[in-house]
Amino acid sequence: MTIWISIVIAGIINYLTRLGSILLIKPERLSESAKKILGYVPSAVFPAIIFPAVFLNETNTIVQIHDPKIIGFFVAIVIGYISKNIILTIIAGLISYWIVIFLF
Amino acid sequence: MSKKKENLLKGFYDVSPLLLPVVPFGIIFGAIGIELGFGPYITYATSIIIFSGASQIVFFQLLSNGASSIIAITSSSVVSTRHLLYGAVVAQYLSKLSLMWKIFLSYLLTDQAFAVSQEFFKKNSNDEYKHYHLLGAGLTLWIVWQFTTVIGILLGSIVPEELGLSFTIPLTFLALLINYFRKIDHLIVIFLSGLSSILFYEAPLKSYIILSCVISLFIIFLINKFQKKI
Repeated sequence: MTIWISIVIAGIINYLTRLGSILLIKPERLSESAKKILGYVPSAVFPAIIFPAVFLNETNTIVQIHDPKIIGFFVAIVIGYISKNIILTIIAGLISYWIVIFLF
Repeated sequence: MSKKKENLLKGFYDVSPLLLPVVPFGIIFGAIGIELGFGPYITYATSIIIFSGASQIVFFQLLSNGASSIIAITSSSVVSTRHLLYGAVVAQYLSKLSLMWKIFLSYLLTDQAFAVSQEFFKKNSNDEYKHYHLLGAGLTLWIVWQFTTVIGILLGSIVPEELGLSFTIPLTFLALLINYFRKIDHLIVIFLSGLSSILFYEAPLKSYIILSCVISLFIIFLINKFQKKI
């Protein structure tokens, strides 16, 4: 039974983190510099998800330079920079990662 | 086609390439829940009640490693604090909506939905029905997440581990940043946040995500402030 209570509490807190700012922030009271900083949110959050998943392995140590994930990561950056296309970036990264895993 | 329906479909269309990692991740999550011994009902309930892949995984992993409920709840909550920042961004565009809309859309505010809808909001800030974009993107993700969790629960790990599909998660988030690759200030934030996440990865309660956000946002704030003075 306690696990159900834990899930509900975790769910409520999780939901409140989503609702909190939407409910409480009044845009007309945000300063221009606050709005500018909020424009950086994707660039501030996503790398914290990306970097550990690419540069750390299961034992939380830095991966080696020829790790397939590193190759896939840099191919995706180059293709993303050139193409500005989301699907192409993901596919290019995944295929180069597969090539390194399966062919070498 | 009405503007509402058009925006709803645009949300669906924009978020669909991001489903590539969501599908295997949902299946893997369902299978992990069963493997760790939580059973089908509890595993599935987290997908409805918590509805956040990263928080759900953290929650299950900690509990199965023998951590107390308090630690599991706190850690999964710390992982979701990034939503406070997402909310602050979209709040600028949703302030005129009714309370019911805000309550409902908040539930659907996930990483991927935020990523595509905030881009749409920026470009269509005068569109009266722009929130239908978030509804379309959010509902799409919700349905796919529920469906794939069930598949994982019923069929187990049908995704071959050798394919390394967990790598599509960082790739997707990387792809979401491609529009910022040409902007030096954004590149600074990306680099600072990435570096911090590696440095603080072992920080208590999985706080490395929110720590990295706060550090990188604070430094870019200082840089902007300093630049203005020159």
